Amino acid sequence: MILQAMRTALEALNAHRMRTTLTLLGILIGIAAVMMTVGLTQGASSSMSEQMGSLGTKLLYVTPGSTSSGGIRGMSATTSSLNDDDVALLSDKNIAPDIDSVAATYSGSYGALRSSTTTWYASISGVTANYLDVLGTELESGRMFTQGEIDASASVVVLDSSTAEQLFSDTSQAVGQTISIGGQSFTVIGVQKDSGTSGMTMSSSSSVLVPLSTARERFGTGGTSLSMIYMLATSTDTLSAAKQEAENAMSATHRTSVEEPDFSIASMSSIVDMYNTVMMMFSLLLGGIASISLLVGAIGVMNIMLVSVSERVREIGLRKALGATPGNIRIQFLIEAAMVGLAGGILGVLVGLGGSALIQWAISTFGGYDLPVIVSWDATAIALAVSMTIGIIAGVYPASRAAKLAPIDALRSE
Amino acid sequence: MELITLEGVHKVYSTSEEVQVHALRGINMHIDEGEYVAIMGPSGSGKSTLMHIIGCLDVVTAGKYEIDGVDTEGMSEKQLARIRNAKIGFVFQQFNLLSSMTALRNVELPLVYAGVPVSQRKERAQKALARVGLADRALHRPGQLSGGQQQRVAIARALVTDPALILADEPTGALDSVSTNDILALFDELTEEGKTVVVITHERDVAARAQRTVHLYDGMLQEVNA
Repeated sequence: MILQAMRTALEALNAHRMRTTLTLLGILIGIAAVMMTVGLTQGASSSMSEQMGSLGTKLLYVTPGSTSSGGIRGMSATTSSLNDDDVALLSDKNIAPDIDSVAATYSGSYGALRSSTTTWYASISGVTANYLDVLGTELESGRMFTQGEIDASASVVVLDSSTAEQLFSDTSQAVGQTISIGGQSFTVIGVQKDSGTSGMTMSSSSSVLVPLSTARERFGTGGTSLSMIYMLATSTDTLSAAKQEAENAMSATHRTSVEEPDFSIASMSSIVDMYNTVMMMFSLLLGGIASISLLVGAIGVMNIMLVSVSERVREIGLRKALGATPGNIRIQFLIEAAMVGLAGGILGVLVGLGGSALIQWAISTFGGYDLPVIVSWDATAIALAVSMTIGIIAGVYPASRAAKLAPIDALRSE
Repeated sequence: MELITLEGVHKVYSTSEEVQVHALRGINMHIDEGEYVAIMGPSGSGKSTLMHIIGCLDVVTAGKYEIDGVDTEGMSEKQLARIRNAKIGFVFQQFNLLSSMTALRNVELPLVYAGVPVSQRKERAQKALARVGLADRALHRPGQLSGGQQQRVAIARALVTDPALILADEPTGALDSVSTNDILALFDELTEEGKTVVVITHERDVAARAQRTVHLYDGMLQEVNA
């Protein structure tokens, strides 16, 4: 009976190929749009998580200003509330036993760097000697500056990979060269490894490192203030304890209440969480818009099913005379609608996959970095189930109209 | 044995709230198994309504209708469908074959709704087509057949469930005289084989072939024994 109804449905759909195709299109576009939206946002989300994850889930950082529950507030760095005393405080094992190590930066100016051949602009950051260790960044070549070089405000610089590429045709030859930064000579002692290409990490734009003291004296206003403090917790498990210790300790010395501190402490994972929340809202919004096209597709299916029913009133009457029950007729039209939905869904998934691949290709070709577009099997299965369900729902009313036709009225119509 | 029993059957249609059409006004009719009966009457006499009642396509407003010992009173659409499927074979004026299907599949259709398995369906449909002399036309579509052949396919479809009653509504109305004779000869044969045949017609020649003719005027019966 069901098989027969499926065959009948196929024949009916085949008899009006153009109409069926146009109806399919509505579902197809909706499903493809939803799949691409979900694929893109999931891909972006996972790419972000991966990069953030590589930076370490043990990392905490302190910024001047504070965050309220709603978001980031007044991160003014001009009169920084952080200074060397905070670093000393946080490094004290008696005060913060769960903090393993503490690094600090002083963001100097954005300046011109000159090698013998090229000029390149980069931001110049003064950092502590353990900066690379705390952030988990490795060196491509050379070495990091020592505490001794910091104490002596030495003229040494550690380049990032992109700056090294710009200044020297052969980056392996960079170490040992002398460059001019803001008219002062510096010796290149190390080059950092490429930390990722997506532009989503904290320090991906060209940024060269000089000793903290050097930056303060030559590119800043001196003093002991800091732009940011990085802390590594002893382990992932002690991250929140470490954050609490840092907050308590700093609140006491900064003489501010815990509710209104003049600094804020965040972890990478909280950034990832925030990012994921934003991506999810973005995904919902886009998915919602895409769903509207799916709704329009469903209305199209319903419309065509109503046409199909009124066109085939006589056939319905005959089938009833020959013994079809209202249930038989209902099933027949529901199957027809479900088939339109499912076929539209299958094609929509294929177009969605193709479209996702195309977007991925376009981003990597024209955008210059790899954004994975993730279309999971779950999403595919759900898309197919949804499209079939949409077909069935759109078919309910037309099918029950067909089922309710009185056989004599149906036979009489011409 | 009595196959069809109508006692005091009334049928009233309401076309709107005020307008009511009293199509049948107290019909008493009995048809025995194996009889060949013609129902005649001018248009508007109620003969289509009577055919719908006998064919279980519609239900009575008042009175009693029994077919093959089953009282149809208070039956649901579904139950009526089952009775039509099992006990009645319809033959219509316009053949009512589905144009997208072959003759064989048209004949199979009632068996689909009877829940007969596919293999048996094909065999029985083929047999029914052979019975009306169209075994070699099984895979033709209705459009490839003449009017007479199409009506014979329709009769094969009516016979395929081996129903108690063949109910024909103006079966020769759309046919030329040669095809008309073919179809009437087929009804004669079916009667000889013991089938019960009821033909609704307004043509005297057609009615004359039946063993008995009943006349309808204004929803009332006048029986004339031929």
